[in-house]
Amino acid sequence: MPEIVIRKKLVSVEEIFHEGGPVSDTPLRRATAIAVIHNPYAGQYVEDIMSLIDDMKPMALEMVDSLIEALGGDPSVVEGFGKGAIVGAAGELEHGALWHAPGGYSMRARLNDSKAIVPSGKKVGGIGARLDIPVTHINAAYVRSHFDSVEVGINDAPRADEMLVALVMTTGPRIHNRAGGLAVEDVKGEDGLR
Amino acid sequence: MSQLKIRKIATIVEETQSEMGRPINPSVRRAASVAVIENPFAGQYVEDLEVLMNIGAELGALLGDKCVAALGVEPSQTESYGKAAMVGENGELEHAAAILHPKLGAPLRKAVEKGAALVPSSKKRGGPGAPLDVPLGHKDAAYVRSHFDGMEVRINDAPRANEIMVAVCVTDSGRPLPRVGGLEAADAVGEDGLR
Repeated sequence: MPEIVIRKKLVSVEEIFHEGGPVSDTPLRRATAIAVIHNPYAGQYVEDIMSLIDDMKPMALEMVDSLIEALGGDPSVVEGFGKGAIVGAAGELEHGALWHAPGGYSMRARLNDSKAIVPSGKKVGGIGARLDIPVTHINAAYVRSHFDSVEVGINDAPRADEMLVALVMTTGPRIHNRAGGLAVEDVKGEDGLR
Repeated sequence: MSQLKIRKIATIVEETQSEMGRPINPSVRRAASVAVIENPFAGQYVEDLEVLMNIGAELGALLGDKCVAALGVEPSQTESYGKAAMVGENGELEHAAAILHPKLGAPLRKAVEKGAALVPSSKKRGGPGAPLDVPLGHKDAAYVRSHFDGMEVRINDAPRANEIMVAVCVTDSGRPLPRVGGLEAADAVGEDGLR
């Protein structure tokens, strides 16, 4: 069973007050948690890679808790989420796909009414690579006001034998959202879509 | 009245737990808080930059406090600091200088308690997403070699042409695995800001 070796962690919060329009009374906040871990499969083809999913779960839960803490400690403020991974150059895109389960389940474990699929992005990249993580409403993927994305990355990661995994949470709609579509107040909240 | 108009603030904590396979225990942590503000003088030459100096004073307190809060330590437990600014394309390097140099330092020092050393700084002009490298040095004794460091910050949508991005960094530690000698933090007197 591979042990998760973390080189560094990063937590960031963006507070957005306006984007040229009226200044919001409640700034939109977008929080990111990143872990840079050793990729146990780097440099070789390994057929059975499934065990890393369970191995990453405790770390994923810690990342979720650090996100909620960075947003003030109350999980009910979270309205949007997303996840992603950048696999270092000696790894395989498939290694990044291992992040889907621990990343998604751990966010849902802490967030009430989070039936929507967690949108995600992944790629292979060198150090300093940036990844645009898609964000959608936690309970109804079609809520148009909450379609967003957050760019993540660290200048010195991932090294070739590392993997950068990230989770994103947001506290509301885009700051000047006015592009129509399904509104939060009209969400049924049964199928994760509408 | 304050002329500080903030579009967004990003606050980041980076924690290094291992390097080259060696555990870093306790881990080393750096925080940055970055404000994206309107440049009141974008697109024109203005002789008197006092408005920006006063904005610098406000940001020194705001961003310094956010860094310390994000680290979750007492101000006295912080060890190094730095500051930097990036002006958007319609601004002047001198606008960054006016924010950083005259008045930002005093409230930042209050936020980290003491701060005898010069606050190391950098400035540049750049577009949205450009990286800004913030130099770091020990807050009480600039010659402490283990704390010479830097932290890259960037925000993908800033600075726009008429904006300025202002960053303050505060740490509770030096580099991971320092071993290039020089003055050590434990031996620093911390009175003259140098040693």
